[in-house]
Amino acid sequence: MSEENKLEGLNKPEYEITPEMRSNIAITTLDRIYNLGRRYSVWPLMFGLACCGIEFICTAASRYDIARFGMEVMRPSPRQADLMIISGTVTKKMLPQIVRLFNQMPEPKYVMAMGACASGGGPFKEGYNVVSGIDKYLPVDVYVPGCPPTPQALLHGLMKLQEKIDGESYFKRFRERKENIEAIPIPILGPDIIDPRDYEIIKNPSKSKVAA
Amino acid sequence: MTEAAPVVQSVLETRFPGVVTPDERKGYEGYIVTKEKLVELATALRDEMGYDFLSSVTAVDYLSEEETNLEVVYHLYKSTGGGSLVLSVQLPRDNPVVDSLVSVYPGADFQEREAYDLMGIRFDKHPDLRRILMWEGFEGHPLRKDWKEAYHNEDTKPFSNRWPDGQIFRSEDKNPYGKNNIYPVGFDPTKWEATEESLLYAGLGKAVGEKGNIETDYLVVNMGPQHPSTHGVFRMAVVLDGETIIALKPVVGYLHRNHEKIGERNTYLHNMPFTDRLDYISSLSNNFGYALAVEKLMGKKGAPSERAEYIRVIMAELTRISNHVWAIGFLLNDLGAFFTPALYAIEERELILDIFEATTGSRMMCNYFRFGGVARDFPEGVLQKIRDLVFERLPRKIDDIDAYLTDNEIVLTRTQGVGILTPEDAIAYSATGPMLRASGVPYDIRRADPYGIYDRFDFDVAVRYHGDCYDRFIIRLDEIRQSIRILEQALDQIPEGSVISGSNPYQVRVPAGESYGRVEGPKGELGFYIVSNGKPHPWRYHVRAPSFINLTAMEKMCIGQKIADVVVILGSIDIVLGETDR
Amino acid sequence: MYGKGIIKGMGVTLKHFVQTYVEDIKWFGRRYYKPEGIAHRSSKDAKGIFTVQYPEEKLPMPEEFRFIPFLIYDVLEDGTHKDRCTSCGICVKVCPPQCIWIEQTTNPDTGRPVPEPVEFYIDIDICMNCGYCAEYCPFDAIKMDHDYELASYERQFDHIFNKERLSKPAEYYATVRPVNNQLEEAVRAEKAAKKAEREAAKAAKAAEKDAGGESDNGS
Repeated sequence: MSEENKLEGLNKPEYEITPEMRSNIAITTLDRIYNLGRRYSVWPLMFGLACCGIEFICTAASRYDIARFGMEVMRPSPRQADLMIISGTVTKKMLPQIVRLFNQMPEPKYVMAMGACASGGGPFKEGYNVVSGIDKYLPVDVYVPGCPPTPQALLHGLMKLQEKIDGESYFKRFRERKENIEAIPIPILGPDIIDPRDYEIIKNPSKSKVAA
Repeated sequence: MTEAAPVVQSVLETRFPGVVTPDERKGYEGYIVTKEKLVELATALRDEMGYDFLSSVTAVDYLSEEETNLEVVYHLYKSTGGGSLVLSVQLPRDNPVVDSLVSVYPGADFQEREAYDLMGIRFDKHPDLRRILMWEGFEGHPLRKDWKEAYHNEDTKPFSNRWPDGQIFRSEDKNPYGKNNIYPVGFDPTKWEATEESLLYAGLGKAVGEKGNIETDYLVVNMGPQHPSTHGVFRMAVVLDGETIIALKPVVGYLHRNHEKIGERNTYLHNMPFTDRLDYISSLSNNFGYALAVEKLMGKKGAPSERAEYIRVIMAELTRISNHVWAIGFLLNDLGAFFTPALYAIEERELILDIFEATTGSRMMCNYFRFGGVARDFPEGVLQKIRDLVFERLPRKIDDIDAYLTDNEIVLTRTQGVGILTPEDAIAYSATGPMLRASGVPYDIRRADPYGIYDRFDFDVAVRYHGDCYDRFIIRLDEIRQSIRILEQALDQIPEGSVISGSNPYQVRVPAGESYGRVEGPKGELGFYIVSNGKPHPWRYHVRAPSFINLTAMEKMCIGQKIADVVVILGSIDIVLGETDR
Repeated sequence: MYGKGIIKGMGVTLKHFVQTYVEDIKWFGRRYYKPEGIAHRSSKDAKGIFTVQYPEEKLPMPEEFRFIPFLIYDVLEDGTHKDRCTSCGICVKVCPPQCIWIEQTTNPDTGRPVPEPVEFYIDIDICMNCGYCAEYCPFDAIKMDHDYELASYERQFDHIFNKERLSKPAEYYATVRPVNNQLEEAVRAEKAAKKAEREAAKAAKAAEKDAGGESDNGS
């Protein structure tokens, strides 16, 4: 993307700028310029769960080079990460740790479900130790299908995430989140995984709408 | 099974009358042992008859109308080569207890814990009998045939609600909790107390006080499951005295995806793509092992065609190269050489993956082998691409990596003398693959118990003698060179012809019996233990995962080392969590 | 000398660095954003920079590449679509994770199954892209797609592909997998010819018997 295009993309359509000035000036909102910075510096959490994690590493490696998107700064610490790529099968045993990591990430944070397993359980869905989709516990922003998605498919997903960031008003999001910023309760390893939000149904399964 | 079998049988029957009886079920070739004398027998086998290598311990649930027994199955080998000796112990279902073999073969440790976890077999005198893949407190033993999971649909595939009615649903919509969960009747979550962690720390012993308080002079450090150097979701609980490790327990199971339970519901063909996802870095080796195990059961009908045999070898060796360059790259990553060596290694891996993608359709999940051959022939131009790589690029690039890394003083200081595993320990702990050979034991299944057409190729078994991390690193370069040698011969000799014998049906007929197919995977001995009862689905499907069993020796290698070296030692074992946890 | 190994290693990285520029000059202007440049960078002679600049450049998909399956329909002469799928259910039976649902109907008059599925669903959150359905389909009706750019913001509704979403014309298949398509066309033509022959012999008096064209109903 050339410099000129970047500026034009930033300019809001309402403001008329003469053609000769177009490559030098853009009138925009604070949100958009802020988002421009954010979309090119999404730092993923360094964290691979399964097969998709290998494709994630390949995406970060020589051939696909995630650095072109400003995302090569992979942080092993959730405190410094913006994006959590759930790259692989989420098992019940791993789930408490994943939720804890998510809770520790600072706002604004994003979750990407990479691959069939993270989106909906994948081929292992019927397994007794597999969570059928991380979106049962965390809010997911982008789903990337495939088993595993090729690095190019993952990059496409990351571009989708960038588009999403573009469309956001950071201040609005921040305001909203600030009001109801609640840590997600960490699941407990019981006779099966226990979501503290489900205590009522577990005690009395007939209360659930499915069984009815 | 082997030429030595009659000798062993006569010795066993004279030394242990009434203890050992040949297994007379159709398709079985092992011996049934009474459980009281198992340890004595194993000691004699190890010390007097040379069966010093315990390859696999697993359990089978023979639940049927006539039978309710559980059976523990042991596969023994000689570290000098040759075929297997299969022992099985039959246990009653209501009280399955057998003496642990850890005192004879320390390598049985994790495998017995797995059998305890998934089958509920208790091993008496096991030093640390806890659940390993699931967590403490999990309800039931999932691999028992009468245990049903939350999303249980039908006992076997294909599920009848998929066709012809096609009533689509998501499994969670039918579950009362909307999730893949199931609880015992009357379970009250508010009263639940988790015991997983306290039992783990109790197992560590030294650092933890009577009431589970951590004493101050030792430090317990948990590395993982989210840690940049654990190659996935692997966790180690380490007890430190200053910076020196005095105890270490690997905690696995964070990627336990229930391969075996799913595999017993699948048809034989269904399992092939699932094996891809075991060791997801070298899927074609997994395919190979599984195809071998099933073909062994199928007998003559399963024999692959000539061209297919060559394609299999070519693919398996390419996989080995791609796995080893990856392992080397990430070992260096763990040493702190962040990414440049890995980037160079990944370049070569990507070029090999291009070949896989063009031939099999997928970069990683190849799903290429079929019973009696492979799925399709090389498309036009791919064979030439392989030749280009094997004859021109790879030798050059491997020399490059060699020049780049092997003399590097930092690598030398960080790896030489670190994490030493002696040959005796390596055999006792059932270590396999590069780990065993780096300890000076020249055991390579391609040579010791040849499968496929490996007996036709001229290659050396790479051996190094120090058993430290440096040797485990350098042996991978040696192995790549040997793989290139095999590839050169295979590419020269590959005949024309059909790539599959038979018609590649979607339902294969597998006669009843048991089989254990093992290949020399890039990580070590990859075995598939299959029990068939003549139905379209395997009755028991067990994977002997090299990464899992190689971890048994982890504690032994780490004790006395510094905490910073743990990362290197782990990197040099080269585990893949998909296979460790299955 | 201590440090010799490190210097030797750095020589390798330096070589790699310089090669990028040497290659740039050698391939002046053709190294990036051109198919021959991409092909060169993924060949055995690849040196220096190895990166493929997705999305501006895309790696060519090999013909066998597989992602999510799709259904093929033939466009008949009168413009109507004819599914190749006969809802025989073989793909359902070979699907390892059981992600395919097919709804079959019967003709109320004859009571025999209609050789076209009423509905065909694939849950792509379960699909493992193994390619069995395509491999074992006797009618070449389901094939593996090359389109991998499927990322979305939603899955509850988007990720169960129905028949409409899955169906693609036969021409599309011919463009993504030309070699396979040709082979299959040849086999089908042969089959159709044989069938026509058989039917002509069987019903000699019927002068014009429809050979079935490309759509073998496999009755």
